[in-house]
Amino acid sequence: MTVSRAARRAAGRLVLYATVIAFAALLAFPFYWMVLATFKTDGDLYNLKNNPLVFNAAPTLANLQLLFEKTLYLRWLWNTLLVGAAVVAITLVLAAPAGYALARLTGKWGEPLGIGIFLTYLIPPTLLFIPMSRIVAVLDLQDSLWSLILVYPSFTVPFCVWLLMGFFKSIPRDIEEAARVDGCSRARAIVQIVMPLSLAGILSAVIFAFTLTIQEFVYALTFITSSGAQTVSVGVPTNLVRGDVFFWGSLMAACLITSIPVAALYNIFLDRFVAGFTVGAIK
Amino acid sequence: MRRGRERSLLDREGFLGPVMILPAVLYVVALVGFPFFLSLYLAVSDAKIASATSHFVGLANFESALQSPTFRRALVNTFLFTLISQALVLVLGKILATCLLQDFYGKSALRFLILLPWVAPISLGTIGWKWMLDSLYSPVNWVLQATHIIGKNDWPMWFGERGLAMASVIGVHVWRLLPFSTVIILAGLTSIPKEVREAADVDGAGFWSRELHIVLPLLRPILTVAGLFGIIFAFTDMTVIYVLTRGGPADGTQVLASLAFFTGILGGDLAGGAAISLFLFPILLIVAILMLRVARRTEVT
Repeated sequence: MTVSRAARRAAGRLVLYATVIAFAALLAFPFYWMVLATFKTDGDLYNLKNNPLVFNAAPTLANLQLLFEKTLYLRWLWNTLLVGAAVVAITLVLAAPAGYALARLTGKWGEPLGIGIFLTYLIPPTLLFIPMSRIVAVLDLQDSLWSLILVYPSFTVPFCVWLLMGFFKSIPRDIEEAARVDGCSRARAIVQIVMPLSLAGILSAVIFAFTLTIQEFVYALTFITSSGAQTVSVGVPTNLVRGDVFFWGSLMAACLITSIPVAALYNIFLDRFVAGFTVGAIK
Repeated sequence: MRRGRERSLLDREGFLGPVMILPAVLYVVALVGFPFFLSLYLAVSDAKIASATSHFVGLANFESALQSPTFRRALVNTFLFTLISQALVLVLGKILATCLLQDFYGKSALRFLILLPWVAPISLGTIGWKWMLDSLYSPVNWVLQATHIIGKNDWPMWFGERGLAMASVIGVHVWRLLPFSTVIILAGLTSIPKEVREAADVDGAGFWSRELHIVLPLLRPILTVAGLFGIIFAFTDMTVIYVLTRGGPADGTQVLASLAFFTGILGGDLAGGAAISLFLFPILLIVAILMLRVARRTEVT
């Protein structure tokens, strides 16, 4: 009896490991492929007789060298960082006060307004990119990073308001009330008591606003045509391909170098990100 | 005296609240609300990228879209693409989340690997797939041959025919959205009290009947949320298709969003593109209403 129970338990573990490892292998395989392609020599990469899944010749740094010295990759990275920093700043200035007010200061109309802001996050770029391109043209911002800085907060602000609202709600009211009983004004209580307590929430809003801008593709593809002004997510897939010639080694290196830091950042703040999506369906 | 008044003004919630919310609301109205109405106007005009003026043409753009075979194919593709990928994502996501609920050695490393497709920029992940499904160098084909799943002389051209191209696009989308649904479903599973499962086990329910009759019903709100978000992401996406197939072969994988881009931006026909992308709106509206119902129901109970 106990033996068969132990055997069933072991079998259960085995099935568990097999399933999880199979999923992980399938999901991560493209990134393994990127690692291989980044360090393979062209001779190894393009020889159809080779096993493509291993190194058949000594690894090389030539693809990385090409990427950093002969392409605009560093420029795209710089553009992405500039846009990301500006978008994060705008997002925080707009979303942090709004999130706080929705959590604390509004009576009956706070809740519908909060949900209204959340719903705007559901409106995708593909519904708005055509009118946006007209607006960008009228403002004469085509081919300028300013077009992205102007437009990206339209999706980062709703998401971060929602995120921060949830965060501020989780800070006990009593702490503020106590300060206010001691003669502190509401504004001072916010700056001196609430802000320091909400650094973690604000940091996660920063990370998400930043990663959302790195990932954005549709607006960047629509507004920016000259290669020097592109961001990483558009520059890499459109510019490292000339006609039918793909610079596969460098292309994969660019994908890898961009993806891993973003992935690491995201992973740290994952729980908070999930909370932003569950719409109160979990208590 | 004046100081005291200022202070009381800032202390009054009826004043401070709106002041803090207003900037965010104005920005969203200016950059979401206004473009939306502009898009309604563009769709009933003859606006072109090349000309600054435009005239009212009524519903002509919608009519010509509906009459175009390419549009009808894109409409069908959009639904196929969304429904198939979401069905797969929810089923696989539930399986994977059930696994990740357990504790096991190496869990955090595996979780990082599992999350990669969602957290890496989608256009870059997709370009990885573009090579993995390449007509000449595809390692996917190589693996399929090496494991004898396909014959020695078979070499599928993934982007060469419509069926395979649709399968590739759907596959990449499942790959991309699976981690997202998994973590959402996992959050739902974690919120089910341990006692519920234990009670089921004590009552002698097996694994399958426990999962089907007890866990799944409790999981319904969160599955709905994951599904609704997934539908939005899939229904309105054009990145995967733009990078992987450019809508080809012969518009075989074109969807509404990518067709709107090719028509409105690359083709310069802003009005036509706006009309096509507005066909996305009814579904978005339905999803939004369902989302509100989920939010309201969970508040009442």
